[in-house]
Amino acid sequence: MNWDWSAVSDFMPDFWEGLLVTLQILLFGSLISFALGLVWALLMRVPSRWVTWPVGAVTEFVRNTPLLVQLFFLFYVLPEWGLTFSALTTGVVAIGLHYSTYTMQVYRAGIEAVPVGQWEAATALNLPLRKTWTAVILPQAVRRVVPALGNYVIAMLKDTPMLMAITVLEMLGHARLFSQEHFQFTEPLTVIGVAFIVISYLASLALRALERRLAH
Amino acid sequence: MPTDTLPNPEKNPAKSTGELIRLEQVTKRFGQNTVLDHLDFSVDAGKHVTLIGPSGSGKTTILRLLMTLLKPDEGTITVDGQKLFPASDKEVREVRKKIGMVFQQFNLFPNMTVLRNLTEAPVTVLGMSKDEAVERAKGLLDMVGLADRCDAHPAQLSGGQQQRVAIARALAMQPKVLLLDEVTSALDPELVAGVLDLLRDIARSTDITMLCVTHEMNFARDISDQVLMFDSGRVIESGPPEKIFSDPELDRTREFLSAVL
Repeated sequence: MNWDWSAVSDFMPDFWEGLLVTLQILLFGSLISFALGLVWALLMRVPSRWVTWPVGAVTEFVRNTPLLVQLFFLFYVLPEWGLTFSALTTGVVAIGLHYSTYTMQVYRAGIEAVPVGQWEAATALNLPLRKTWTAVILPQAVRRVVPALGNYVIAMLKDTPMLMAITVLEMLGHARLFSQEHFQFTEPLTVIGVAFIVISYLASLALRALERRLAH
Repeated sequence: MPTDTLPNPEKNPAKSTGELIRLEQVTKRFGQNTVLDHLDFSVDAGKHVTLIGPSGSGKTTILRLLMTLLKPDEGTITVDGQKLFPASDKEVREVRKKIGMVFQQFNLFPNMTVLRNLTEAPVTVLGMSKDEAVERAKGLLDMVGLADRCDAHPAQLSGGQQQRVAIARALAMQPKVLLLDEVTSALDPELVAGVLDLLRDIARSTDITMLCVTHEMNFARDISDQVLMFDSGRVIESGPPEKIFSDPELDRTREFLSAVL
């Protein structure tokens, strides 16, 4: 195996472009999955089967079908219905939606882990339901679930290359393109491999810092 | 207690002077287990009533029914002239404003500072201004001897301190009735006295009505106007503390007291 540093430096401009796209997918995909997962989790607590049944069915369906299928579906089928988005937007929405069906489970566990005494104290103080959620239950639930949410961020990072399938050029896409044009595979693939490790390490550091900040 | 002698509240709606709480024929079951069995009793405003009796006799259930944490299976509960069950959400919320509760496990909000635990509900529920709520909260914390712990979080306090904050939090809502559910049972023995002394002070210095479930018989004797002895979901004996603790009518009461005293 010949390691060619000049191939590394040739790849760098493409790498930065790919890195930027990967980080965008990760950031916006995480935000969507955090927000949507919470929405699902809260809807599942509405005491009406007219709400919980459809939400349960949709999220179960999304969780149990491959992300790749969902990517293709959104990318090729939505335009037939007149909805056209950029490949990146479609990919971010798909990965965010897919992971929201996992984060909803995390939130559910976090909410259920808040002791029943907290609900009782909120009732005894006559706090309105909305205030009970926003001031008492969710702050405690979210603090509990940050580590688990963090794991899904790392998992999502590792799924970002799937967006290559719908023409999004993230890190792996650029590495592959570069390799095919220059017949140099080792250097670009190694560079992005290292980049994945560095990103997940930094992400886990950031989440640990967040965890400490939320501790009380 | 014969129930047919009780006045029909439908026909006497204005009869709220004196009487603050009334339970009529209240039954509560958990599955096959009947915890309260056609229970009747009433509490007059300003009185301190202690519920004693063996575990599982339904004492705590009464407090939880009054706090609307549970619904009775049968019977009616009236607080300050307002019927609970059946009642609209709005009516229930009005009744709840009159009642405060202190729990065995304190149930402070761990995500808030001590001060915020005391100001959250007065601001949101009573519509108090933030400044006023803070000022009143500080006064209450001073009363419970924790003025210097405003900015602490509950986890940084001892059990006794947490329970004193919980008492202050309940009082911050200016309730007419204070429900005390075995408030010293979860405390280390050396912390019990401080909490009980505080409650004695409150009983002596305010006109708040107290309904208290406790196993601290000396405390019950000190603060109570009336003691109700529970067994198997019924009040089997009631009277002033001097009578119940010194010369109870029933063997069952005597037996229970000799076991706990």
